[in-house]
Order: sequence, then structure tokens, then C-alpha cells
Amino acid sequence: MALPRRHAIQVVALVILLFFTAFFFVPMIWLFLAPTKTDGQLLTQSPFAFGSFHTLAQTFHRVVTYSGHSVLTWLKNSAIYSFGGTALAVVAAIPAGYGLALTQFIGRRLLLSITLVVMIMPATALVLPLFLEINKLGLYGTIWSLILPFGFFPFGVYLAYIYFSSTIPRDLLAAARIDGAGEWAVFRYIALPLARPIVSLVGFFAFVASWNNFFLPFVMTYDSSQYPLQVGLQQLIGSTASFNPANFSAGSSIVVLHRPDLAMAVIVAIAPVLIVFLFAQRALVSGMLAGATKE
Amino acid sequence: MTVPAAAAVPDGRASARRGNWAAGKREHPLAGSSRTAGYFFVAIYVALLALLGIAPVVYAIYLALSNSGGFGSSFVNAFNDYRFLPAFEHILEFMGLWLVSQTILVVGLTLMLHNLAQRVGAVFRFLFYIPGALAGAASVIVWLFMLDPSASPFAFVLHWFGYAQFNNTIAPGNLPAIFAIMAFWTGAGGWIVVMYGALNNIPHELLESAQIDGANAFKTALFIKLPLIRKWVVYMLVLSFAGGTQLFVEPTVLGSAALGVGVSKYWSPNQLAWFVASQYDNFNEAAAISVVLLVLGLAIAAVLVWRGRLFEAE
Repeated sequence: MALPRRHAIQVVALVILLFFTAFFFVPMIWLFLAPTKTDGQLLTQSPFAFGSFHTLAQTFHRVVTYSGHSVLTWLKNSAIYSFGGTALAVVAAIPAGYGLALTQFIGRRLLLSITLVVMIMPATALVLPLFLEINKLGLYGTIWSLILPFGFFPFGVYLAYIYFSSTIPRDLLAAARIDGAGEWAVFRYIALPLARPIVSLVGFFAFVASWNNFFLPFVMTYDSSQYPLQVGLQQLIGSTASFNPANFSAGSSIVVLHRPDLAMAVIVAIAPVLIVFLFAQRALVSGMLAGATKE
Repeated sequence: MTVPAAAAVPDGRASARRGNWAAGKREHPLAGSSRTAGYFFVAIYVALLALLGIAPVVYAIYLALSNSGGFGSSFVNAFNDYRFLPAFEHILEFMGLWLVSQTILVVGLTLMLHNLAQRVGAVFRFLFYIPGALAGAASVIVWLFMLDPSASPFAFVLHWFGYAQFNNTIAPGNLPAIFAIMAFWTGAGGWIVVMYGALNNIPHELLESAQIDGANAFKTALFIKLPLIRKWVVYMLVLSFAGGTQLFVEPTVLGSAALGVGVSKYWSPNQLAWFVASQYDNFNEAAAISVVLLVLGLAIAAVLVWRGRLFEAE
């Protein structure tokens, strides 16, 4: 009697797992197939049918040339904001993690606690206060209104802190000091070369966080020429006929896009992060766990 | 709070520069570094923290309190705003649906995956995890398509519910559930990977002895594995709660697919704060709302750091 029942449970478990596989993965497959079809084919063909490469090229062309190559401008903006923010985050976080882990100074524990609190607090809670402050400082509408907040990355500091306190032998640093190396030389020539993995990990995380951020650039930019892709995508929805038919009354000057175009734009927007996800899954997950590793 | 003064015993201090570390090594693992070098290393980060972490909070509190209507009047205005309570009701409803379903499903799916062969489980985990790459506006657009009965691969499900058109699906009553589905789709995979990692830390002998004692897979999951990952479940729940209160992207982006129905521009508290700031230039009320949200986020984070003992701060 026991055996059939066990089998039944296994079958149920498998059905549930397949159901959720469909839930998680079908939207991804659909997204990548949509640009190969015309809007009409999207409605009549099977959701999993492949259209043609010719249609894909046309879709791509329409997206790229939309509104004076806006998508390329947004792509460039995304790159400037994200790489600028990431560079600042790394330059600030790596020495800070080192300082917190391997040097002593008054206020160290307090700084560590504040870092933890700000890291756990949802970053979005700071967006409106940041907007009010940036506005007051007169930085509104400049690239600094995005690069500076992206560069403030407490999570990266925490990752670097964990890395330095767990992997760099203190005796090694002490030995260098005996040999007469100054504090900067110890960091530059001993700790930093050993810290390559953490530099790329912090860089990955800072980049993904900046690239995917919507709320902050949505608030800080006011003109299409300043948008990063995430915010630009929202404007594209407004130009997509099936989602906003009211915008396309006869004689309207707005360029009409269709669902496959919007799907194509989404693929362009997520491509860099998707590549990071595909090739760095292990590193990203280990970083997620490093957020809370006191077993 | 700060480094205890006792660490600066005369011996350690005198030897700091010269690097005579051996004597004080055991008690003072950091002795040997100079006292001021630390400030130098954290300087850029501290400047950013002060400018972009602390100053905005202080300024928002100042703005919220310094209304011409008198001390605290911005908060009174915010609470009396007819849009304030509905916005919080909306996110409460959203979080109720999301947190309950996420907790049950993430734990359930992880336990199921843990019973599969290592390799098979890895494939499932990877497929569940990939949508996490689509944060922000991208995932909302993907779900615009999924919720559109004319194009969606899930159209048959939408038709069961009697939704023939996109604006049937995004009826106001459905929004909390829709946002819960979006949040689950992007976030659950990452949590499943985390939980799975925690399950792998359970000693093999423990599971084996349970098996010898006659526990089946179901009982092992319920009475042995689940209690051992409870900490992670709490961690996920608390972090998700904190994040959920801040909901902004989903209603904003969904709202731009108007179709005559539209999502209100002040559906969530963060949206309301942005709305009063951008439409009425009412920075005081915007600051008051964001301070309420900040206090929520800060309180949750502080409880986790100081009570949760989850984090390694020595």
C-alpha cells in the first residue's frame, strides 16, 4: 500500500513543479518570440510559434529608429548612469570594506551598524527624500542626480567588509607593516590584489541595481533626452497602439508602435543584465547569501 | 558602539606604528594598524553616506516639520488627504496576498526541489530564477502582455475568469493580485535558491537518521527541514514586507497602459508622495508621506540588525 501512495505524492509534486515552470518560464519564451512576429501574427499564431528572421529585423529597425533613435539615446544614458554609478560604488566600497574590516578607528562599529541598516532598508524609501535634496542643491536634471545616488552602495561595502574580514590573513598585513610598508602601501600592494573577486562582485551588483532602477531616474529626469532605458520603456507603452488606442486618433503625430516592437525594446533593455545573470548566477547567489551568513 | 577604549592599552598604542604586533596580537587582532588610516579608507564612503543617506532623511524630516501651517501640520495634511488611507489600504491588500502566497509557495517549491536529484533540481532552480533579471519596468511590460487576453499565452486562464479584454483584466479590484503576481514572478526564484542553499547545509546524517526512524519525505520536510530554514523564511518575510510598502514601479508603469481604464496616479503611498510633489509642488506633504515610509523601512531594518542576529557585524 505504501508504494503507490508514495508514487502518487511524487506525481502531484511533479505536476506542481511543471505548473510553476510554465508560470516562470513561459513569459520569457513568449517575450523572445514576440519580435519575430507581426502584431497580427501575434494574435492569430500559437504563442510559441516562431515568425521569421525577416520580421525580427524589421521589428528591430522600427524600435531603433523610433522617434529619432530615442532608444539609442536611452541606451547611452543607461550606460553613463550605470557605469558612472558602478565606478563610484566600487571606488568607495572596496577601501571602506577594507577599513571597516582591517583597521581600527573610533566610530567603526557605529559606521558598520548604520551601513547594515541602510543596506536592509529598501532603497526606494530614500528616493523622494533624495529628490527633495537634489532639487535643493540645484543638481536636478544633471547626471550627478543619478550617478551619486547609484554610487552610494552600502551593500557593496558590506560585501567587501565580509570578504576582507574572512579571507585576508591579518598576519600577512602585519608582516608587511614590519617590513616598513605604510598603510596605503599595505592596502594597495597586498590587500587589493587579493581582492579581485570582491571587486567584480561589488561591480556586478552595483551595475545590476543601477541599470534596473526605475524609480530614481523616473523622478530625477524630466526630458526624454535624459531618460535611461527603464524610463524610456514607459514612454514606449504610451506609443503602443494596443495599450493606448486613445493616443492614436486620426491625424495624431505620435509614432505608432506595436506589441512586437515593445517586446523588442524590453529585450534590448534587459540584455546586459540577463547576460550577467546567465554567466554569473553562482557569484550573484553567493552574494545574496553573503547578506546574511551568520550560520 | 565604538571600539572599546580598552583596546587601546598602552602597549598596543605604543607598538602601533612600529608594528610590534606579536605581543598584543591575541587580544587585539587589529593592533598594528595606525589609528588614523581607517578614516582615510572609509572617507569617500562616509562622504556619500552623509550626503546621500543621512542628509536626505534629515532634510525630509525638516521639510515635513517646517510647514508654514505650523509644527507637524504637514503630517496632519497628509493624514487628512483623502488619498492617503486608500493608498495604504491598497498596499496592505497587495502585501497580504503577496506575502502569504510567496511564503507558502517558496517554502513548498524549495522542499519539493530538494527531494529531486541534484541536477534536475538545478535546472528547475535556474528556470525559476531567470525572471529576476527583469526588474523594474521590463517585468511590468512582460506582464502587460501576459494579462492581455488577445495576445497572452495564458489567454485560456484569463478566459476562464471571463476576461475578454485587457481592461477587464486590469479592473481596479484585480490590481493587488496583479502586483502580487508580478512581485512573485521576479522575486521568488532568488529566494528559492537561497532557501535551497540553506537546506543543503542540513547535515546528511540528520536526514538519514530521520529516514531510519521511519519518517517519509513529507514528514522529513515538515518536521526537520522546515524548522531548520525557519530563520530564512522570517528573513524573507521581513525584507519583502519592507520592500512591499515602497511599491511604485508596478502601478506607475501599468498606469501608463491606460486603455481608458487606467490605474490611479496615487495608488500607492510612494506614488501619492510623488504626485503631490510633482503636481502641486507640495514638498512638505510629499516629505511627510516619505518620512512615514522611511520610518517603516528603518524600523524594520533596525529590528533585523539588532534583534535578528542574522548579520555578521562581529
